[in-house]
Amino acid sequence: MTVRRPWRLGLRFVALGYLALLLLIPVGVVFYRTFEHGFGAVWDSVSTPAAVSAFWLTIEVTAIAVPLNTIFGIVMALALARGRFPGKGLLNAAIDLPFAISPIVIGLSLVLVYGTTGWFGQDLANAGIHVIFSVPGIVLATIFVSLPFVVREVTPVLREVGNEQEQAAATLGANGWQTFWRITLPAIRWGVAYGVVLSVARAIGEFGAVSVVSGRIAGETQTLTLLVDNRYGNFDIAGAYSAATLLALIALVTLLAMTVIRPRREENE
Amino acid sequence: MIAATNITKRFGDFVALDDVSLEVPDGSLTALLGPSGSGKSTLLRIIGGLEAPDAGQVLINDRDATTTSPQRRGIGFVFQHYAAFKHMTVRDNVAFGLKVRKQPKARIKERVDELLGIVGLAGYAERYPSQLSGGQRQRMALARALAVEPEVLLLDEPFGALDARVRTELREWLRRLHEEVHVTTLLVTHDQEEAMSIADHIAVMDHGRIEQVGAPRDLYDQPANPFVMSFLGPVSKLGSKLVRPHDISLSQIAVEGAAQAMVSRIVHLGFEVRVDLMLAEGEAVEVQLTRHEADELELHVDDIVWLRSAGAPALSA
Repeated sequence: MTVRRPWRLGLRFVALGYLALLLLIPVGVVFYRTFEHGFGAVWDSVSTPAAVSAFWLTIEVTAIAVPLNTIFGIVMALALARGRFPGKGLLNAAIDLPFAISPIVIGLSLVLVYGTTGWFGQDLANAGIHVIFSVPGIVLATIFVSLPFVVREVTPVLREVGNEQEQAAATLGANGWQTFWRITLPAIRWGVAYGVVLSVARAIGEFGAVSVVSGRIAGETQTLTLLVDNRYGNFDIAGAYSAATLLALIALVTLLAMTVIRPRREENE
Repeated sequence: MIAATNITKRFGDFVALDDVSLEVPDGSLTALLGPSGSGKSTLLRIIGGLEAPDAGQVLINDRDATTTSPQRRGIGFVFQHYAAFKHMTVRDNVAFGLKVRKQPKARIKERVDELLGIVGLAGYAERYPSQLSGGQRQRMALARALAVEPEVLLLDEPFGALDARVRTELREWLRRLHEEVHVTTLLVTHDQEEAMSIADHIAVMDHGRIEQVGAPRDLYDQPANPFVMSFLGPVSKLGSKLVRPHDISLSQIAVEGAAQAMVSRIVHLGFEVRVDLMLAEGEAVEVQLTRHEADELELHVDDIVWLRSAGAPALSA
């Protein structure tokens, strides 16, 4: 289809304008407001004990949730793409539940199950394990909300790659484990990487579910998003912007890391 | 030797293989020839362990391999679409089977270099499959399969994805390679010319059954039934008989027992001349003549001629 030049330019303008209004300008303003009063002020506000604790808590939670979801995601994607078993359709639909349910509902449901008045919260508490208003609860909530990303990125890649290479590896004497590490994983690595990046972004940015289960104890169960909300609520606007910028920077580092390792792909394949 | 006995395989209601038995003699190059859906690839995949039969037994060199995983069957398998490991260089592709067998590095390098030489890819070791042509990829896949010194080599339409010229080239090359390496080989193809030109034995398949097994020439000259006859080459129907078009002789004088026909079209194909005729009953017959024979007859369109089968085999239709 050919589109006449004025139309093409017009469409381009609308697309870029839309992107700018919704994305670039708001994010740009956050950065601008953050550094409005100089770098020193920003540093002071992100190096308070509460901010440092929130930063490390966010990193810790992400470092637990994302690897677990990655392993789960790859196994589940293999099952969905290669397996033949009853209930596959149901499982496939269930994977998307975290996308369909509002995070705040996820948080509340975790409280219902693991809270002190919940199904087995009391038993866990007796055993000395506190889930709700504690780090395990935050990890659970984060795992829940970022569950589908790796599965959803890897399943179509597995389908597209097909299983001939795996069959060839088997006829050449490779066992299942060797085939997975040497053939399957390299073939899906970009799908996995993309799923991981999305999971990381979702994990560090999660607010709703975490806000319900964490108890928001500064220095203990306050993640970066909760810190931003807390400062914003207390009219510490500059502090909120600084924390928000820190949050955005973590996400940017993840994206950059991916972009840096990515170009090798086009060369080789 | 490969021996598959009484193999049956169903996919849902579809019977892919119906009580099929096949023997592939030691050191031979046998072709499984048949139209698509005849079950030939399924039989090959069952022999290779990539598919499990519903019933029957597979023996590879007298060992029962029916339930053995492909990993332990001692086979080399070549796929129609190469199944190249895209993220590995040609060298790593060919070395794969040796690496998973934990062979010493120096030994692997030596063997890979030797194989790349045999398949004519010596200068391509550090390339990726995407940088090779289809024919080169398939030669790489062959080297990869041969690297582990398989007891039998199984090829699933190995030249099916290549263009006609490369296909013919690779066919000749495979025949020569087989004469050098002598590994028992079973090749699946739907192309009768391919099967006739490289195989010592051909098993013709149709509808999940083996119709006939034999040397190419025997199948061509003594086909067991009309299907085999028509699958291996062109056929013309003369009265109630099926005859090869080159086994029909023409004469311009009435002959006892010959059928009268009118020339409807003459096509000159270099050495061969193809004559389309119309029998008195209104049926079309095709006849192949050499250029020399056609010249002697001085045929013209609308001439009346007499046809009869020239001795050679004819089947009742």
